[in-house]
Amino acid sequence: MFNPTPRQLTLIKSAIFAAALIPFGRLALFAFTDRLGANPIEFITRNTGDWTLYFLCITLAVTPLRRLTSWNWVVRVRRMLGLFVFFYAALHFTTFLWFDHFFDVAEMLKDVAKRPFITVGFAAFVLLIPLAVTSTNGMVRRLGGKRWQWLHRTIYLIAPLGILHYWWMKAGKHDFSQPILFGLIVALMLGARLYWRVAQQRSRPAMARDQKREVRPTPN
Amino acid sequence: PKLAAKPNPAFVVMDKPTAIKDATTYNNFYEFGTDKADPAHNAGTLKPRPWTIAIEGEVKKPMTLDLDALMKLAPLEERVYRLRCVEGWSMVIPWIGYSFSNLISKVEPTGNAKYVEFISLADKKQMPGIGSPVLEWPYVEGLRLDEANHPLALLTFGMYGETLPNQNGAPVRMVLPWKYGFKSAKSIVKIRFTKDQPKTAWNLAAPQEYGFYSNVNPDVDHPRWSQASERRIGEDSFFAKKRKTLMFNGYSEVASLYSGMDLKKYF
Repeated sequence: MFNPTPRQLTLIKSAIFAAALIPFGRLALFAFTDRLGANPIEFITRNTGDWTLYFLCITLAVTPLRRLTSWNWVVRVRRMLGLFVFFYAALHFTTFLWFDHFFDVAEMLKDVAKRPFITVGFAAFVLLIPLAVTSTNGMVRRLGGKRWQWLHRTIYLIAPLGILHYWWMKAGKHDFSQPILFGLIVALMLGARLYWRVAQQRSRPAMARDQKREVRPTPN
Repeated sequence: PKLAAKPNPAFVVMDKPTAIKDATTYNNFYEFGTDKADPAHNAGTLKPRPWTIAIEGEVKKPMTLDLDALMKLAPLEERVYRLRCVEGWSMVIPWIGYSFSNLISKVEPTGNAKYVEFISLADKKQMPGIGSPVLEWPYVEGLRLDEANHPLALLTFGMYGETLPNQNGAPVRMVLPWKYGFKSAKSIVKIRFTKDQPKTAWNLAAPQEYGFYSNVNPDVDHPRWSQASERRIGEDSFFAKKRKTLMFNGYSEVASLYSGMDLKKYF
């Protein structure tokens, strides 16, 4: 089983960090070389939205990957991946606030209230903020492991909201192939967790029973 | 190829024309894919010649014309129109064509004709997007007869001094500058005059989002975004505020077509 040394883990983390910045670098390069196409704002909005969903799927894949491979170390890159979800979501939201509404927050909030697809996207982004803020070791300590874990389970709500946002965005064009794909991936990732949880709960009383039976003296 | 046409100053807006590169690489033409870069990549398979167009239905003189005959029906004019897409962006394009009313008078509609239906080519071999579940094929658009008779309604064969590029709806399309872009059918093979309101493609696909009329109207929002403003492609910089959208896209001369109609209901 692969189990990296601390040095190797640092290397892996640096590589993932650099790779995760490639989409952002590409956008910046395209912006400076006039390659964002006829409608640059639309390009940036869609691109950052796509990458938010990609990183969301990748982050949600960490736990199942760990269980299936027993690579416990993957959990050590999960925080960084989660923060990249927030990074691309923040870029996506900033594009919306800046170029669609020119920082007119009142106007933006009207849009949020009026249009369900924006409402759910906005809700997903707002819910991501506490997760990003409490991502440090210090915050884990201050909150206590249990509470921290409960808070970070909000991602099980955020993920479907993100998918719904994308789904409704595409609904007008009847173009569901990509939302369906993202939806299936997220459903699989959340479903796996549910499955393992149920399996664990089922096996617990059975184990307890077996143990009791073992200690009971056999009747003669 | 070049297409000669005389500019018609009565139909030239003063806005700066959009760069031809933007107008030919940023297109909604789902027969060639749903991404706006798709038509420019995929429309090479379309064969715009030879081409015939059938005119039928409630007319005294139904006819099938080949493209050359159709183009000779009236003198070709160059007109510079604003184009407003329902998605919230706009362009300014020098089109070449003639008023559709020329064709109407040629085929002589019967008293039953109340609407005109435009049917686009739907050939899987030439159009890779046909068969995608996004819309029903063929693409169908439609107008009320009086709308079709308005001099602004342009039967179009060219743009920027040339014949239409495939991705812009070659070889013949409609251009209706006071309506959202999708109302202007591309690559038309059939025109039918009808008694009943045609079942148009986007209206069928999402009736709550796209009405039959689909006039440009800043006061009627799309359910998913505001129509009050727009971004002019290639001109409005990144940091410029979006420009206000004008009623009927600024073509107030069509207003009389809709007098007495509640345009919030008939959006």
